[in-house]
Amino acid sequence: MSTDERTETTLPVRNDTDLMAVRQQVRAMAQRLGFGLVQQTKLVTAASELARNTLVHGGGGSVSLEPTSDGDGREGLTLRFVDEGPGIPDVELALRDGYSTAGGLGMGLSGSKRLVNDFSVDTAPGRGTTVSITLWSPLAPFGRR
Amino acid sequence: MTDVPPAGSPAPIVAGLLRERKEQVAQRWADLPLFQAVFTVTRDEAVEACHAVLESLAEVVESGRPDDIEAPGFSTIRRQLAAMSASRSHSGLSIGQIDREVGALRAAPLDLLESDPGDFGPQERLRAALLWSELLGTLRVVIIETTLQENREIVDRQRQQLMEMATPVIKLWDRLVAVPLIGMLDSARSQVVMENLLEAIVEHNATLVILDITGVPTVDSLVAQHLMKTVASARLMGADCVISGIRPAIAQTIVQLGLDLGPVTTRATLADALELALERQSEVPKGLLPRQ
Repeated sequence: MSTDERTETTLPVRNDTDLMAVRQQVRAMAQRLGFGLVQQTKLVTAASELARNTLVHGGGGSVSLEPTSDGDGREGLTLRFVDEGPGIPDVELALRDGYSTAGGLGMGLSGSKRLVNDFSVDTAPGRGTTVSITLWSPLAPFGRR
Repeated sequence: MTDVPPAGSPAPIVAGLLRERKEQVAQRWADLPLFQAVFTVTRDEAVEACHAVLESLAEVVESGRPDDIEAPGFSTIRRQLAAMSASRSHSGLSIGQIDREVGALRAAPLDLLESDPGDFGPQERLRAALLWSELLGTLRVVIIETTLQENREIVDRQRQQLMEMATPVIKLWDRLVAVPLIGMLDSARSQVVMENLLEAIVEHNATLVILDITGVPTVDSLVAQHLMKTVASARLMGADCVISGIRPAIAQTIVQLGLDLGPVTTRATLADALELALERQSEVPKGLLPRQ
């Protein structure tokens, strides 16, 4: 692994064009880390949903992409979506399938959670929102039920 | 609008310089690349263009707004300046290089004022030179602004063209049309797709539509929502929809995301969708279909 694959990248999320750049960067980094096509597609789709949330609900913000490793040879990619918007008053409600405040399908947040391995939301009213997700390469035994 | 320049202002000197010696200035300007390279047919054409620029600069100075890019004097030459800078950038010059060529216009009037000062003392000439420099600086900004505006319009036009181009509706068979979608389906694009499709349904009297998403890189909930809306509106027009080109990775993702394409018929490839369409057509005896 060369060093540039380990570096963290931060991308702005201010408009639809930025969303396109986020999708492309996530796909490129997932490919470099050796993720398969299904993994790539899942991660890009989750990134698309969450970055759009950052834009629509958070009024814009940023996404950071960070390759990670758990020390056991598991390669992963962590994405952090940060905004300083109004925050989410009720995370449990926001995570319910079909719940939307923006006229969408209401599957963005809950669906993204199902697409990745690790998912966490740090938010409070008036304090902005940070959503972190990690997808691990499928080589290691994890998440199988 | 017109502010009268205060007494003792260098404005009349500069305006006089630009008007009374316009022939001399124009002759020197016409040899500079900015004019020479643009007006290639005859030299008179270049001189004529120089006259127009000089006249409008004189107007700006007289209006007392040498630092205002919105000064009415500039409006008469804006189109000419845009054409000139467009022509220079077609020759491969960057905005910075064009700006430097505009800056080269500075010397001629100053040289003329120095070599033939008339009644003006050194103090007056200095103030006139400062004012002329300010005026030329404003002209440079006007040209940059005009160039950027031109570029913005080109980008807007191309975006529009791309939208039209990327969403063709193809008649495949009698009453069967296909829409091969390429690229991300954002709100603006999906609006264009929907409009083109609904018109095509009427035009071709279509009863079946194939929406092929092979070229759509990511299907997230917004894209799915746009697809469902397109399907629903086509259905209102009496046309059934089949979505084709769903790749294995996309299929898995759609399911995990929790999207329900339930009521829509889907097929893996465009070929499968075409087969389905032809089967359906053969089920209904042709003679029973109302013909146009």
